[in-house]
Amino acid sequence: MAAVIQLQRQFIDYTTSLYKEGYLDDQFTQLQKLQDESNPDFVVEVVSLFFEDSEKLLNNLATALQQKTVDYKQVDSHVHQFKGSSSSIGAQRVTNVCVHFRNFCEEKNLDGCLRCLQQAKHEYILVRNKLEALFRLEQQILQAGGSIPMME
Amino acid sequence: MGVIAVANAPLHVLAVDDSNLDRKLIERLLKTFSYHVTAVDSGSKALEFLGLQDVEKLPSFAPNDCQPEVEVNLIITDYCMPGMTGFELLRKIKESTSLKDIPVVIMSSENEPARINRCLEEGAEEFFLKPVRLSDVDKLKPYLSKNKRKNNDEDECVSNDKSRLKYDDVEARSMEERKTFPENQSC
Repeated sequence: MAAVIQLQRQFIDYTTSLYKEGYLDDQFTQLQKLQDESNPDFVVEVVSLFFEDSEKLLNNLATALQQKTVDYKQVDSHVHQFKGSSSSIGAQRVTNVCVHFRNFCEEKNLDGCLRCLQQAKHEYILVRNKLEALFRLEQQILQAGGSIPMME
Repeated sequence: MGVIAVANAPLHVLAVDDSNLDRKLIERLLKTFSYHVTAVDSGSKALEFLGLQDVEKLPSFAPNDCQPEVEVNLIITDYCMPGMTGFELLRKIKESTSLKDIPVVIMSSENEPARINRCLEEGAEEFFLKPVRLSDVDKLKPYLSKNKRKNNDEDECVSNDKSRLKYDDVEARSMEERKTFPENQSC
Protein backbone atom coordinates (compact mmCIF):
# COMPACT_ATOMS: atom_id res chain seq x y z
CA MET A 1 0.00 0.00 0.00
CA ALA A 2 1.62 3.14 -1.25
CA ALA A 3 -0.21 5.32 1.26
CA VAL A 4 1.13 3.36 4.22
CA ILE A 5 4.67 3.43 2.88
CA GLN A 6 4.48 7.15 2.33
CA LEU A 7 3.17 7.73 5.86
CA GLN A 8 5.86 5.51 7.30
CA ARG A 9 8.49 7.46 5.38
CA GLN A 10 7.04 10.69 6.74
CA PHE A 11 7.15 9.25 10.23
CA ILE A 12 10.79 8.25 9.92
CA ASP A 13 11.79 11.62 8.50
CA TYR A 14 9.87 13.53 11.13
CA THR A 15 11.23 11.50 14.01
CA THR A 16 14.76 11.83 12.69
CA SER A 17 14.41 15.59 12.51
CA LEU A 18 13.14 15.75 16.09
CA TYR A 19 16.27 14.02 17.32
CA LYS A 20 18.53 16.01 15.04
CA GLU A 21 17.09 19.33 16.17
CA GLY A 22 17.45 18.30 19.80
CA TYR A 23 13.77 18.26 20.68
CA LEU A 24 14.06 14.66 21.73
CA ASP A 25 16.95 12.62 23.01
CA ASP A 26 17.64 8.95 23.55
CA GLN A 27 15.34 8.75 26.55
CA PHE A 28 12.38 9.01 24.17
CA THR A 29 13.70 5.96 22.33
CA GLN A 30 13.92 4.19 25.69
CA LEU A 31 10.23 4.93 26.24
CA GLN A 32 9.33 3.49 22.85
CA LYS A 33 11.20 0.31 23.75
CA LEU A 34 8.90 -0.08 26.73
CA GLN A 35 5.82 -0.06 24.52
CA ASP A 36 4.56 -3.45 23.40
CA GLU A 37 1.34 -5.40 22.80
CA SER A 38 0.54 -5.49 26.50
CA ASN A 39 1.39 -1.79 26.90
CA PRO A 40 0.33 -0.42 23.51
CA ASP A 41 -0.23 3.18 24.64
CA PHE A 42 2.68 3.51 27.01
CA VAL A 43 4.40 6.38 25.25
CA VAL A 44 1.23 8.43 24.85
CA GLU A 45 0.32 7.81 28.49
CA VAL A 46 3.70 8.92 29.77
CA VAL A 47 3.82 11.94 27.49
CA SER A 48 0.31 12.91 28.62
CA LEU A 49 1.54 12.89 32.19
CA PHE A 50 4.37 15.14 31.08
CA PHE A 51 1.90 17.57 29.48
CA GLU A 52 -0.20 17.67 32.65
CA ASP A 53 2.81 18.14 34.91
CA SER A 54 4.32 20.82 32.70
CA GLU A 55 1.23 22.96 32.52
CA LYS A 56 0.81 22.81 36.27
CA LEU A 57 4.47 23.62 36.86
CA LEU A 58 4.52 26.51 34.41
CA ASN A 59 1.53 28.03 36.19
CA ASN A 60 3.15 27.52 39.58
CA LEU A 61 6.34 29.11 38.34
CA ALA A 62 4.53 32.15 36.97
CA THR A 63 2.74 32.59 40.31
CA ALA A 64 5.89 32.10 42.36
CA LEU A 65 7.81 34.66 40.31
CA GLN A 66 5.02 37.21 40.61
CA GLN A 67 5.22 37.30 44.40
CA LYS A 68 6.38 40.52 46.03
CA THR A 69 9.07 38.56 47.79
CA VAL A 70 10.10 35.71 45.56
CA ASP A 71 10.83 32.45 47.33
CA TYR A 72 13.67 31.15 45.17
CA LYS A 73 13.76 27.84 46.96
CA GLN A 74 10.18 27.27 45.96
CA VAL A 75 10.88 28.38 42.39
CA ASP A 76 13.87 26.05 42.26
CA SER A 77 11.77 23.20 43.55
CA HIS A 78 9.30 23.66 40.69
CA VAL A 79 12.10 23.90 38.14
CA HIS A 80 13.69 20.79 39.59
CA GLN A 81 10.44 18.90 39.04
CA PHE A 82 10.11 20.28 35.54
CA LYS A 83 13.68 19.29 34.76
CA GLY A 84 12.99 15.81 36.08
CA SER A 85 9.86 15.15 34.11
CA SER A 86 11.20 16.60 30.86
CA SER A 87 14.33 14.50 31.25
CA SER A 88 12.23 11.41 31.92
CA ILE A 89 10.57 11.66 28.53
CA GLY A 90 13.59 12.90 26.62
CA ALA A 91 12.39 16.47 26.01
CA GLN A 92 15.98 17.64 25.82
CA ARG A 93 15.50 21.30 25.00
CA VAL A 94 13.11 21.78 27.90
CA THR A 95 15.58 20.06 30.23
CA ASN A 96 18.39 22.31 29.05
CA VAL A 97 16.41 25.45 29.79
CA CYS A 98 15.68 24.09 33.25
CA VAL A 99 19.38 23.69 33.92
CA HIS A 100 19.96 27.39 33.23
CA PHE A 101 16.82 28.25 35.16
CA ARG A 102 18.18 26.53 38.26
CA ASN A 103 21.38 28.53 38.03
CA PHE A 104 19.38 31.76 38.07
CA CYS A 105 17.42 30.50 41.07
CA GLU A 106 20.64 29.88 42.91
CA GLU A 107 21.75 33.42 42.09
CA LYS A 108 18.33 34.77 43.05
CA ASN A 109 18.33 36.53 39.70
CA LEU A 110 14.73 37.51 39.02
CA ASP A 111 15.37 38.77 35.52
CA GLY A 112 17.16 35.59 34.57
CA CYS A 113 14.38 33.52 36.07
CA LEU A 114 11.68 35.37 34.19
CA ARG A 115 13.55 34.96 30.93
CA CYS A 116 14.00 31.28 31.59
CA LEU A 117 10.34 30.88 32.37
CA GLN A 118 9.49 32.35 28.98
CA GLN A 119 12.01 30.09 27.31
CA ALA A 120 10.80 27.03 29.17
CA LYS A 121 7.23 27.78 28.16
CA HIS A 122 8.30 28.31 24.57
CA GLU A 123 10.27 25.07 24.40
CA TYR A 124 7.49 23.17 26.10
CA ILE A 125 4.90 24.37 23.59
CA LEU A 126 7.20 23.49 20.72
CA VAL A 127 7.86 19.95 21.91
CA ARG A 128 4.23 19.46 22.79
CA ASN A 129 3.18 20.41 19.27
CA LYS A 130 5.80 18.17 17.77
CA LEU A 131 4.85 15.19 19.89
CA GLU A 132 1.19 15.67 19.11
CA ALA A 133 2.02 15.76 15.40
CA LEU A 134 4.06 12.59 15.83
CA PHE A 135 1.20 10.80 17.57
CA ARG A 136 -1.20 11.93 14.83
CA LEU A 137 1.13 10.44 12.22
CA GLU A 138 1.22 7.20 14.15
CA GLN A 139 -2.57 7.07 14.23
CA GLN A 140 -2.72 7.68 10.49
CA ILE A 141 -0.31 4.82 9.85
CA LEU A 142 -2.27 2.46 12.08
CA GLN A 143 -5.57 3.46 10.53
CA ALA A 144 -4.14 2.85 7.08
CA GLY A 145 -3.33 -0.66 8.23
CA GLY A 146 0.40 -0.19 8.61
CA SER A 147 2.76 -0.57 11.54
CA ILE A 148 4.90 2.06 13.22
CA PRO A 149 8.52 1.81 12.08
CA MET A 150 11.01 1.12 14.85
CA MET A 151 13.57 3.87 15.12
CA GLU A 152 17.06 2.94 16.20
CA MET B 1 5.13 -19.35 62.57
CA GLY B 2 2.12 -18.45 60.49
CA VAL B 3 3.88 -17.82 57.23
CA ILE B 4 3.03 -19.48 53.97
CA ALA B 5 5.78 -19.34 51.41
CA VAL B 6 4.03 -18.86 48.11
CA ALA B 7 5.72 -21.10 45.61
CA ASN B 8 7.19 -19.22 42.65
CA ALA B 9 5.75 -15.88 43.69
CA PRO B 10 7.29 -13.14 41.57
CA LEU B 11 9.92 -10.98 43.22
CA HIS B 12 8.39 -7.92 44.78
CA VAL B 13 9.84 -4.45 44.41
CA LEU B 14 8.64 -1.42 46.33
CA ALA B 15 9.17 1.75 44.28
CA VAL B 16 9.06 5.15 45.95
CA ASP B 17 8.85 8.40 43.95
CA ASP B 18 6.81 11.55 44.39
CA SER B 19 6.59 12.12 40.62
CA ASN B 20 3.69 10.22 39.05
CA LEU B 21 5.50 10.23 35.71
CA ASP B 22 8.60 8.65 37.22
CA ARG B 23 6.49 6.16 39.17
CA LYS B 24 4.86 5.04 35.95
CA LEU B 25 8.25 4.73 34.30
CA ILE B 26 9.94 2.76 37.04
CA GLU B 27 6.94 0.50 37.37
CA ARG B 28 7.04 -0.29 33.66
CA LEU B 29 10.80 -0.85 33.74
CA LEU B 30 10.51 -3.24 36.66
CA LYS B 31 7.59 -5.10 35.12
CA THR B 32 9.70 -5.73 32.01
CA PHE B 33 11.72 -8.01 34.26
CA SER B 34 8.53 -9.63 35.56
CA TYR B 35 8.86 -8.19 39.02
CA HIS B 36 5.73 -7.53 40.99
CA VAL B 37 5.66 -3.81 41.77
CA THR B 38 4.11 -1.66 44.47
CA ALA B 39 4.59 2.04 43.83
CA VAL B 40 4.07 4.69 46.51
CA ASP B 41 4.56 8.42 46.41
CA SER B 42 6.36 9.11 49.67
CA GLY B 43 8.81 7.74 52.19
CA SER B 44 6.17 7.69 54.90
CA LYS B 45 3.82 5.64 52.73
CA ALA B 46 6.71 3.27 52.02
CA LEU B 47 7.34 2.78 55.73
CA GLU B 48 3.65 2.29 56.30
CA PHE B 49 3.60 -0.37 53.63
CA LEU B 50 6.67 -2.05 55.01
CA GLY B 51 5.28 -1.82 58.52
CA LEU B 52 2.41 -4.06 57.52
CA GLN B 53 4.90 -6.87 57.34
CA ASP B 54 6.05 -6.29 60.87
CA VAL B 55 6.13 -9.71 62.50
CA GLU B 56 4.16 -8.46 65.51
CA LYS B 57 1.38 -7.30 63.23
CA LEU B 58 0.96 -10.59 61.37
CA PRO B 59 -2.44 -12.18 61.98
CA SER B 60 -2.33 -15.44 63.85
CA PHE B 61 -2.57 -18.50 61.67
CA ALA B 62 -6.14 -19.43 60.79
CA PRO B 63 -6.83 -21.97 58.03
CA ASN B 64 -9.51 -20.04 56.21
CA ASP B 65 -8.33 -16.47 56.28
CA CYS B 66 -4.57 -16.57 56.58
CA GLN B 67 -2.72 -14.15 54.39
CA PRO B 68 0.57 -15.03 52.79
CA GLU B 69 3.24 -12.74 54.15
CA VAL B 70 3.80 -9.87 51.75
CA GLU B 71 7.49 -9.87 51.10
CA VAL B 72 9.42 -6.96 49.69
CA ASN B 73 12.58 -8.12 48.00
CA LEU B 74 13.98 -4.73 47.04
CA ILE B 75 13.22 -1.07 47.59
CA ILE B 76 14.01 1.50 44.93
CA THR B 77 13.54 5.10 45.93
CA ASP B 78 13.97 8.58 44.56
CA TYR B 79 16.36 10.75 46.54
CA CYS B 80 14.57 14.10 46.24
CA MET B 81 11.15 13.93 47.76
CA PRO B 82 9.22 16.42 49.86
CA GLY B 83 8.92 15.37 53.48
CA MET B 84 11.12 12.32 53.93
CA THR B 85 13.98 12.17 51.44
CA GLY B 86 15.14 8.90 49.93
CA PHE B 87 18.23 9.11 52.09
CA GLU B 88 16.15 9.41 55.25
CA LEU B 89 14.04 6.48 54.14
CA LEU B 90 17.20 4.46 53.51
CA ARG B 91 18.46 5.29 56.96
CA LYS B 92 15.20 4.29 58.64
CA ILE B 93 15.18 1.00 56.78
CA LYS B 94 18.75 0.20 57.75
CA GLU B 95 18.01 1.07 61.38
CA SER B 96 15.10 -1.35 61.50
CA THR B 97 15.84 -4.89 62.63
CA SER B 98 13.04 -6.29 60.51
CA LEU B 99 13.78 -4.27 57.38
CA LYS B 100 17.54 -3.74 57.31
CA ASP B 101 18.29 -6.72 55.09
CA ILE B 102 16.10 -5.53 52.27
CA PRO B 103 18.37 -4.13 49.55
CA VAL B 104 17.76 -0.45 48.83
CA VAL B 105 18.57 1.39 45.62
CA ILE B 106 18.55 5.18 45.32
CA MET B 107 17.63 7.11 42.16
CA SER B 108 18.54 10.73 41.60
CA SER B 109 18.65 13.23 38.78
CA GLU B 110 21.67 14.91 40.33
CA ASN B 111 25.13 13.58 39.60
CA GLU B 112 26.59 14.61 42.92
CA PRO B 113 29.52 12.50 44.19
CA ALA B 114 29.09 13.47 47.85
CA ARG B 115 25.43 12.49 47.75
CA ILE B 116 26.18 9.22 45.99
CA ASN B 117 28.90 8.26 48.44
CA ARG B 118 26.76 9.15 51.40
CA CYS B 119 24.00 6.86 50.15
CA LEU B 120 26.34 3.99 49.44
CA GLU B 121 27.94 4.39 52.86
CA GLU B 122 24.53 4.37 54.50
CA GLY B 123 23.93 0.98 52.92
CA ALA B 124 22.36 1.60 49.53
CA GLU B 125 23.30 -1.14 47.11
CA GLU B 126 23.22 1.00 44.00
CA PHE B 127 22.74 4.59 42.99
CA PHE B 128 21.02 5.12 39.66
CA LEU B 129 21.11 8.40 37.79
CA LYS B 130 17.78 9.40 36.35
CA PRO B 131 16.32 8.82 33.89
CA VAL B 132 16.61 5.18 34.88
CA ARG B 133 16.91 2.74 32.00
CA LEU B 134 16.47 -0.97 31.35
CA SER B 135 20.22 -1.49 31.66
CA ASP B 136 20.07 -0.08 35.20
CA VAL B 137 17.19 -2.32 36.23
CA ASP B 138 19.12 -5.24 34.80
CA LYS B 139 21.74 -4.59 37.50
CA LEU B 140 19.20 -5.37 40.20
CA LYS B 141 19.19 -9.11 39.52
CA PRO B 142 21.92 -10.12 42.00
CA TYR B 143 20.29 -8.19 44.84
CA LEU B 144 16.96 -9.79 44.15
CA SER B 145 18.11 -13.38 43.94
CA LYS B 146 19.97 -13.06 47.23
CA ASN B 147 16.95 -12.00 49.24
CA LYS B 148 14.44 -13.99 47.27
CA ARG B 149 13.01 -16.23 49.96
CA LYS B 150 13.45 -14.91 53.47
CA ASN B 151 12.35 -18.17 55.00
CA ASN B 152 14.16 -20.51 52.67
CA ASP B 153 16.14 -23.18 54.37
CA GLU B 154 18.85 -23.35 51.79
CA ASP B 155 20.61 -20.12 51.03
CA GLU B 156 21.02 -19.40 47.38
CA CYS B 157 24.60 -19.07 46.34
CA VAL B 158 25.29 -15.45 45.63
CA SER B 159 28.29 -14.48 43.62
CA ASN B 160 30.21 -11.52 44.93
CA ASP B 161 28.86 -9.22 42.29
CA LYS B 162 31.10 -6.32 41.37
CA SER B 163 28.40 -4.51 39.51
CA ARG B 164 27.94 -2.16 42.45
CA LEU B 165 28.04 1.35 41.19
CA LYS B 166 31.23 3.12 42.09
CA TYR B 167 32.08 6.77 41.95
CA ASP B 168 34.13 6.15 38.78
CA ASP B 169 31.19 4.59 36.98
CA VAL B 170 29.07 7.55 37.89
CA GLU B 171 31.60 10.01 36.52
CA ALA B 172 31.82 8.09 33.28
CA ARG B 173 28.10 8.19 32.66
CA SER B 174 27.25 11.07 30.41
CA MET B 175 24.93 13.65 31.80
CA GLU B 176 23.95 16.87 30.19
CA GLU B 177 25.14 18.92 33.11
CA ARG B 178 28.22 18.42 35.21
CA LYS B 179 27.66 21.17 37.69
CA THR B 180 27.49 19.94 41.24
CA PHE B 181 25.48 21.93 43.67
CA PRO B 182 26.69 22.68 47.16
CA GLU B 183 25.40 20.25 49.75
CA ASN B 184 23.02 22.76 51.30
CA GLN B 185 21.02 22.82 48.08
CA SER B 186 18.08 20.61 48.84
CA CYS B 187 17.87 18.75 45.58
